[in-house]
Amino acid sequence: MASQNLQSVPAELSPEEQEREAAGQAYFDRIISEDSRIEPRDWMPAAYRKTLLRQISQHAHSEIIGMQPEANWITRAPSLKRKSILMAKVQDEAGHGLYLYSAAETLGQSRDQMMEDLIAGKARYSSIFNYPTISWADMGAIGWLVDGAAICNQVPLCRASYGPYGRAMVRICKEESFHQRQGFEILLELSNGTPAQKQMAQDAVNRWYAPSLMMFGPPDDDSPNSKQSMAWNIKRFSNDELRSRFVGMMVEQVRVLGLTLPDKDVRFNEETKKWEHGPLDWNEFKEVLAGRGPCNSQRVERRREAHENGAWVREAAVAYARKQAQKENAA
Amino acid sequence: MTTKDTDFAIDGHGDISVGVHGAGASGDGSASATRITPGNALRPEDIALEISRGQVKPSEDVAEFALRIGDDGLILAQRLGHWISRAPELEEDIALGNIALDQLGHARSFLTYAGAAWGKSEDDLAYFRREHEFRSAHLFEQPNGDFAVTIARQFIVSFYQFELYTKLMESTDATLAAISAKAVKEVDYHRDHSAQWVLRLAGGTDESRDRIIQGFKLVWPYVDELFEDDELTTRLAEAGVTVQPSSLREEFDHLTGGIMAQAELDIPGVPQSLGGGRRGKHSEFLGYILAEMQVLAREHPGASW
Repeated sequence: MASQNLQSVPAELSPEEQEREAAGQAYFDRIISEDSRIEPRDWMPAAYRKTLLRQISQHAHSEIIGMQPEANWITRAPSLKRKSILMAKVQDEAGHGLYLYSAAETLGQSRDQMMEDLIAGKARYSSIFNYPTISWADMGAIGWLVDGAAICNQVPLCRASYGPYGRAMVRICKEESFHQRQGFEILLELSNGTPAQKQMAQDAVNRWYAPSLMMFGPPDDDSPNSKQSMAWNIKRFSNDELRSRFVGMMVEQVRVLGLTLPDKDVRFNEETKKWEHGPLDWNEFKEVLAGRGPCNSQRVERRREAHENGAWVREAAVAYARKQAQKENAA
Repeated sequence: MTTKDTDFAIDGHGDISVGVHGAGASGDGSASATRITPGNALRPEDIALEISRGQVKPSEDVAEFALRIGDDGLILAQRLGHWISRAPELEEDIALGNIALDQLGHARSFLTYAGAAWGKSEDDLAYFRREHEFRSAHLFEQPNGDFAVTIARQFIVSFYQFELYTKLMESTDATLAAISAKAVKEVDYHRDHSAQWVLRLAGGTDESRDRIIQGFKLVWPYVDELFEDDELTTRLAEAGVTVQPSSLREEFDHLTGGIMAQAELDIPGVPQSLGGGRRGKHSEFLGYILAEMQVLAREHPGASW
């Protein structure tokens, strides 16, 4: 199995330890072949642990950074109902970040460390959140396209081989599905509104369409980690497969919206039975990923500022808890 | 949400619904503002429905009073909403967001009800009034400051609101009583949240103690205004719609005093501000809050969102 190639066994292991490792590997391989679940205390290959930790922490960071572009419109939401829905949505994202950090912690890394890595610019998050939200309609487009793409990516993750991740994803997907509907509803209302509102909606769809397609990651022939992740039952479908499905869904839904997708090459290929889309600017994707997007430094800076401004509060909570524990022990 | 697990199976993947049916996670479209029991979620939409059917209509006095407490919640929600994505810890992003949502929910109900007296919607009132037409007290528009200032403000607000809403549950006005019955349970959590943080900050580190002391100094000048009686409250108290704000003070002092004593904090000996929010006299802060809150709605008057 491919997994065995990645597992380097240190030479200094004693015969007993080597035996334990071999038994662990055999158990792991059986669980994966049965499409069953690995739990935190189970033996797992170091590379599997590392891959998951990277993926789950990146996902958590995306939720946390992803709060910012939407929080940007909470104070300016144009009706109290919309304000209330938007607040609840951004709050959900904080909740998703929490479950995911917790799932990642079961793999042996602390939330503090993950947060430090994010602030230090060592950790990645979904590149799409480095684009600015410049109009109210962006709240609709993010819900519809960005959360829509996230759902396509994440629904199969509910069956990921790592138990805590899969279970966290079940709840997250339910909430994301609700988020997508609310985004669609915002756009629908704008599209049926005044000409200025409709224009606002179309402009947002034009700007978020390509970045949302790129959320599925690079094309399959340029995605080095995908194959191993699929062998480990973490990932279930390839980037291009998911992207094509997503395009198909959007084609139908955009008609209901009375808007258009900014892609004249979208078509259903009768031979492959797959939806196809026009060329994407992967150069821009790489640029944004490399830190040259419109909001990269702003997003990380906001996280750093919040974290550092809150340091004294976290210290106070720890000090207080310690003092209370001492009092209880003394009593 | 009652969505079934099967909705998320990969087979159903292409069918992600875009309809909004069932989107309302709480409440029941047929709920009645006047028949509501405290256990049911009362939504502003339910009140609007009763208004449109001519089932409820506040008197001018009741509307004026609902405007006051609705504006309190609205302006505070606007302040608290700013914390989301900026809090000291993810758990606090969620907690402060929740408190903001609760306050906004109460505000929407009170404003919807108030608006019925003048043929206005909650949004007409929130987005198309000017500074001097707002009736919120000064405490609610005070800046967030650091986390300690926000907690000090919330501590005062939630103990005040708890006393007020508890009394309003007995109001002769059934709609005010129903809104308050829902609100009081939420505000009880706000009391718990802020009281716990007052204790933690006061008993945490030297820095946190200094900051909470400073926080209370900044917001305490706006306490007296909350408990001021005036002609409107006198008339409404006589009619059994509400109680005189001054009658809430003793219990407020008793309960907040208890926590402050436990935290070994003194009630700040700061002069009380003149207030005037209930008469439309505000601080410099409100103009900026409204400018931000209203900008988009005012760019598109008459539009629906």
